[in-house]
Amino acid sequence: MNFKRFFAVVKARNIEFFRDRSSLGWNLFFPILMLAGLSFVFSGDGKAVYKVGVIDSKTVQSSFMDTRYVDFIDYQDKALATVKLEQHAIDFLVDFSQKSYWVNQGSPNSYLVEKIFLGQHNNFQRLETYGKKIRYVDWVLPGILGMNMMFSCLFGVGYVIVRYRKNAVLKRLKATPLSAFEFVSAQLVSRIFIVMFMSSVVYIGCNFFFDFYMLGSYLDLFIIAVLGAISLISLGLLVASRSKSEELIGGLLNLTSWPMMLLSGVWFSLEGAPNAVKVFADFLPLTHLVAGARKVITEGATLADISYHLTALLIMSSIFLALGSYLFSWNTER
Amino acid sequence: MTQGQERVGQTKNDVIEVNNLVKSYKGVQAVDDISFTITKGHCFGLLGPNGAGKTTTIEIMEGIIPATSGEVLYSGKSIGKDISQQIGIQFQSTALQDFLTVQETLNLFTAFYDNTLPHAQLIELCGLKDFLDRDNRLLSGGQRQRLLLALALINDPDIIFLDEPTTGLDPQARRNFWQLIKNIKAQNKTVILTTHYMDEAEQLCDEVVIMDNGKIIESGTPNRLLAKHFQEVFIYLPKEQVPQELIEKHQWTIEHERVEITTQHVEETISLLIAEQIPLEGLQVKSPNLDDLFLKLTGHSLRE
Repeated sequence: MNFKRFFAVVKARNIEFFRDRSSLGWNLFFPILMLAGLSFVFSGDGKAVYKVGVIDSKTVQSSFMDTRYVDFIDYQDKALATVKLEQHAIDFLVDFSQKSYWVNQGSPNSYLVEKIFLGQHNNFQRLETYGKKIRYVDWVLPGILGMNMMFSCLFGVGYVIVRYRKNAVLKRLKATPLSAFEFVSAQLVSRIFIVMFMSSVVYIGCNFFFDFYMLGSYLDLFIIAVLGAISLISLGLLVASRSKSEELIGGLLNLTSWPMMLLSGVWFSLEGAPNAVKVFADFLPLTHLVAGARKVITEGATLADISYHLTALLIMSSIFLALGSYLFSWNTER
Repeated sequence: MTQGQERVGQTKNDVIEVNNLVKSYKGVQAVDDISFTITKGHCFGLLGPNGAGKTTTIEIMEGIIPATSGEVLYSGKSIGKDISQQIGIQFQSTALQDFLTVQETLNLFTAFYDNTLPHAQLIELCGLKDFLDRDNRLLSGGQRQRLLLALALINDPDIIFLDEPTTGLDPQARRNFWQLIKNIKAQNKTVILTTHYMDEAEQLCDEVVIMDNGKIIESGTPNRLLAKHFQEVFIYLPKEQVPQELIEKHQWTIEHERVEITTQHVEETISLLIAEQIPLEGLQVKSPNLDDLFLKLTGHSLRE
């Protein structure tokens, strides 16, 4: 590995990307537009009911449980129920056996349900918790950023390599002492830099407007994002390892990206999906990127908590990179 | 090698030796058992029409594609991994990275090599000064070829491969480019050039190999080849000035609306035309060139 050659290619590729204004603009504005659009579409609450969590509700006998326009959700695990309250997934939590209830100080709904509750039970211990509401935009944020990273990694690497191969830029580079490994690594590093830079700009920029929910560590989020990017870029390198046709690579990249866009939990949770779909989704790198990032953001998960996703991404990256390097062709045969 | 043809070089100054080179693509023999040697400091031309096997041959010599069989020796040694440090290559069709300027492209390629020429020298030699800050996408054909030549020279190679370097250039740009190649030759560098422009080969090449259908059909210095195959010159006259019976009587041919008279004795032929009271307006006398040689050897033109 000659680092002078390697960094020269990284620098050249970065310059190429940042000077391509149309591509740069699209990479910046697409995720912002998606977030703004989704935020607008899902901003109207539209719910006519309050949601009240009840610990072990089957044993409860209270007229409060007959209140109209309130949904009662049974929880066996008090800790989980408290987290749900903090995240505004429920508005109020009550444990009749312990004669105690919880309100979320940051939730107007919690205040209103407390008034209703106190009309019927005024001898319960009041407990407080606080948590910002997880809006759909908070939940969907890792999905949108992940999806944007996926497109940038797959198309930004796959298309560029096939274009280089088709118009003989690769052939010209092969005629120099640059090795395939140096070239491929430089593409990987350049794209990681581009993707992380763009995603950070989008995240930080949008955070001013949306004030995103964040329970975990930004460093952990960054680490899972980098690992996800490596895995997706490696997949892009693999898909583009041999093709010389831009039409074919377009089809192949769509074939690779669409299942991830639909099945990797970008838009909706896969909780209720058939088991076969969940198993299939487990083989998609975007699934692990989005799931890991979402756990860091919404549950405050640490790297240890998401070690399954990190390991999956590392294994996938290794397989994609090894196969991509093995199959890589400068394709100089006419 | 075909019988009777001279083997170019074969002196102690031979820098490249090509022995029994064969390249097959899916049953098609692109290069069919060719051998030749190249002398140090010479400009060596591989001539032939499109599809003759020139580019395949040159790319095997550059180590870009493998041969099916045969060998290429550099100063007696097989092509090694470090060959790219020692040679310079200008491909027939190469795109350059978009959005990089000429200067940035030079910087990029400079990073690939251990030893490089100073940029000032390259810029001067290839005339890049006026468009150093221009985006690669905005270069004219001639400017692009000059940049590609600069990239081929960036590692100060002793051997330079130029694959159809002036294809697509206007006549003035071609002549400018020829001058650049002459300047490079003057530095005692070996230049290997493929072309289907005969005037280019005649202007630049010390030795040529003429290829057709993957085989070498003739080789030698341009002058010796022409002297070997032609003792005559061509005289052309507009067709309407020459009576048909005269054309038939002397078995002259008609080529592009002109009568073509092949003769070894120009004065005698012109005296004959005057005696036959044929007006000499529009008369042209032309010595045979490599294109005529190719036509004679194969029955079809180089540019077909």
